[in-house]
This record gives sequence, structure tokens and C-alpha cells, in this order.
Amino acid sequence: MEHYLNLFIQATFIDNMALSFFLGMCTFLAVSKKVSTAFGLGIAVIVVMVLAVPLNQLIYSYVLKPGALAWAGLPNLDLSYLQLITFIGVIAALVQILEMVLDRYVPVLYQTLGIFLPLLTVNCAIFAGVIFMANRDYNFGESIVFGVGAGSGWALAIVLLAGIRERLKFNAIPKNLQGIGITFITTGLMALGFMAFAGITL
Amino acid sequence: MSATLTTRQLLWQPVFANNPVAMQVLGVCSALAVSNSMQTALVMTLAVTFVVVCSNLFISLIRHLIPNSVRIIAQMTIIASLVIVVDMVLQDLAPELSKQLSVFVGLIITNCIVMGRAEAFAMKEPPHLAVLDALGNSAGYGFILLSVAFVRELLSAGTLFGKQLLQTVADGGWYLPNEMFKLPPSAFFLIGVIIWLINIARNRQR
Repeated sequence: MEHYLNLFIQATFIDNMALSFFLGMCTFLAVSKKVSTAFGLGIAVIVVMVLAVPLNQLIYSYVLKPGALAWAGLPNLDLSYLQLITFIGVIAALVQILEMVLDRYVPVLYQTLGIFLPLLTVNCAIFAGVIFMANRDYNFGESIVFGVGAGSGWALAIVLLAGIRERLKFNAIPKNLQGIGITFITTGLMALGFMAFAGITL
Repeated sequence: MSATLTTRQLLWQPVFANNPVAMQVLGVCSALAVSNSMQTALVMTLAVTFVVVCSNLFISLIRHLIPNSVRIIAQMTIIASLVIVVDMVLQDLAPELSKQLSVFVGLIITNCIVMGRAEAFAMKEPPHLAVLDALGNSAGYGFILLSVAFVRELLSAGTLFGKQLLQTVADGGWYLPNEMFKLPPSAFFLIGVIIWLINIARNRQR
């Protein structure tokens, strides 16, 4: 249990996807103008991350890993070079299915999350979460915890940034720095702040 | 409009005025993460250039054959295959570098510049224009990456491409390295400043 809690803290705060690995930056900077939209996107990222990481973990450990096909009588097969293309295919398909399921059964949720879902196929945070899982060889339980942690870390970061940006509107910023320029610098300051989490272990 | 002008526009516009990283905020993730040394930045630029040029070329060649409803998957498959090639070549030729770049080579697949150019340009235009557009955009990407890496490597270690230019205090010289530039957040500040400078230059022209 302690191990899982530690992994969660690590994924959420110390190895924050957005602020210490700079992943998913395109959407992070583009969709952080309002807290409400940022919150919606954050939830969507958590949902996709929680589904995508464990799903790919299963595929990785039973099909792609060197020697993973031993259960099918092919212990010498190494399919790990197909990693990247499989992962991205699975994520794309998952997002598509999620979109259709939400549209059919939970239209209310579809209206809030639906517009963000297509964006998430090409969100590097999710793809990187999956690659990290494969590189660090997480087992199924760990991959679920990692998915929740990494997703919530990203969501936390984007909501915080959106909050700051809402306030920034009322400040006198040099004309040429307005918009995306000041956002970069704000994010840099936030990242410096998040570095204070480094070294925390439970 | 003459053909030569459009060619030049295609090549030069993305470098400064319409820079993919600074102006359109695409492909920022890798620009921030691999910009701590000139070497990694250069390798990353070359890898991205290769992938964008090839993907734009191939997608543009078969643009009439791709049904609209599955175009994203088709583009993704082409891009992912190219990235796998780059990844394997790097692992074979330069295992050290490939370790330093870690996941970021794989992340070229989700680099918004590659997808963005494929979707916005290669699907509509003939192959030779698509290649030019790809070259222009990767030049813009490389420009930001290399200028950030230049400042970061020079100020954090006094080196460029691993060569000592400023003698550091630890080696008995005069230069006290600024550790902050080793940390990733400094890349944010530098890109913010670059955007600022580009905006100043643009507004002055007007």
C-alpha cells in the first residue's frame, strides 16, 4: 500500500507531467485561458490516462515485451519494435470509442468532455505516460496508480495555470509580451515552484 | 503572385514571423526538454526534420487516396513508422545520445508540428510544396531549439557542443556557472523572451 501511495505522490507532484517533463504543452498552453475549460480538459486527461495506461500495460506485457508471447508458444519472439505504433493506435482507438460511448449513454458528460477528447489523441502527456509505463516496467496495479497520479498531476497544473491567467488579465503587461509570451514565463515560475516537491518520499 | 515568391514565403515565413514553436505554440514539449545541450538539440532537430519532410511528402503523394474519415489514423501510421525508423537508427548509431533523448524521440509522433503540417498543408498541396513547407517549419523549430540550447549550455556549463569556451571556476578559470540554466524551467523563460523579441521586431516593421 505504501509503495502505491509513494508512486502516486511521485507521479502527481515530483514527476509532474506538465511542469517537470513539459509534456502535453501544446494543449496546456492553448486551453488554459479559463478555469472551467481547463478543469474539463483536466478531467478528460485523467479519464483517458487511467484507461490508456493499464490497457497498454496489458498489451505490452502479454504481446510486445521480449518473450511475452511465451503463453502462445513463441518464447523467442521480440515485438518490442512495434511499441510506438501499437501504443498510439490503442490510444487513438480508445479515445474514439470513449467518445462514441459517452455520446450514446452519457450525453451530459459528452457535452462537457466531448470537445476535448479528439485533442487528447495527440496529447503527448498521455502517450508519454504509456511509454514511461513500458520503460519502467510497471505491473498492472502500478500502472493504474501511475495513470491516476500522472493524470491528476497534469490536471492540477493546468487548473492552476488557468487560475493565474485569469488574474493576469488585470495586470499591466508589456504590450509585446502579452498573450503567449507571459504565459511561458508564468509556467516557468510555476515549474520552479514545483521543483520544491523534489525529494519528498513517504 | 509569382512562384518564386511563394517558394520563399514557404521557406522563410515559418522561421520567424510564423514560427511553429513561438507563434503557434506547437511542438513545445520537446523544445523545452531536450534543449539543455547543443548536441541533443541538434540531433532532435535533425530527427524532426527527417520525420516532417518524409511524412509531408508521403501524405501529400497519397492525399487523394486517403478517405477523409480515416485520415488521422492514416497520417498517424505514416508518422509512427517514420519515428520507429529514426528511433532504431539512433539506438544503433548513437546509443548514448538515444538514452539522453529517452522518450522524446518516441514523442515526435505526438509532436503537434508533424501532425499539424500533415493536416493543414500536406493534405491539400502537391508534394514539392509540401516538402518546402516541411523544411521551413523544421527550420523554425530548429531555430528556437538551437538558440535556447545555445544560451542554456553556454551559461550552465560554459561549453558549446561539449567544448569548453568559458573556463569555469572549478577548473581554475573565472566563469561561475549559472546552475539555473541547467534546470528545465529556464527554457520557459528563454522561449518567453524569444517570443517577446519576435513580437517587438514584428511590430516595428508595421
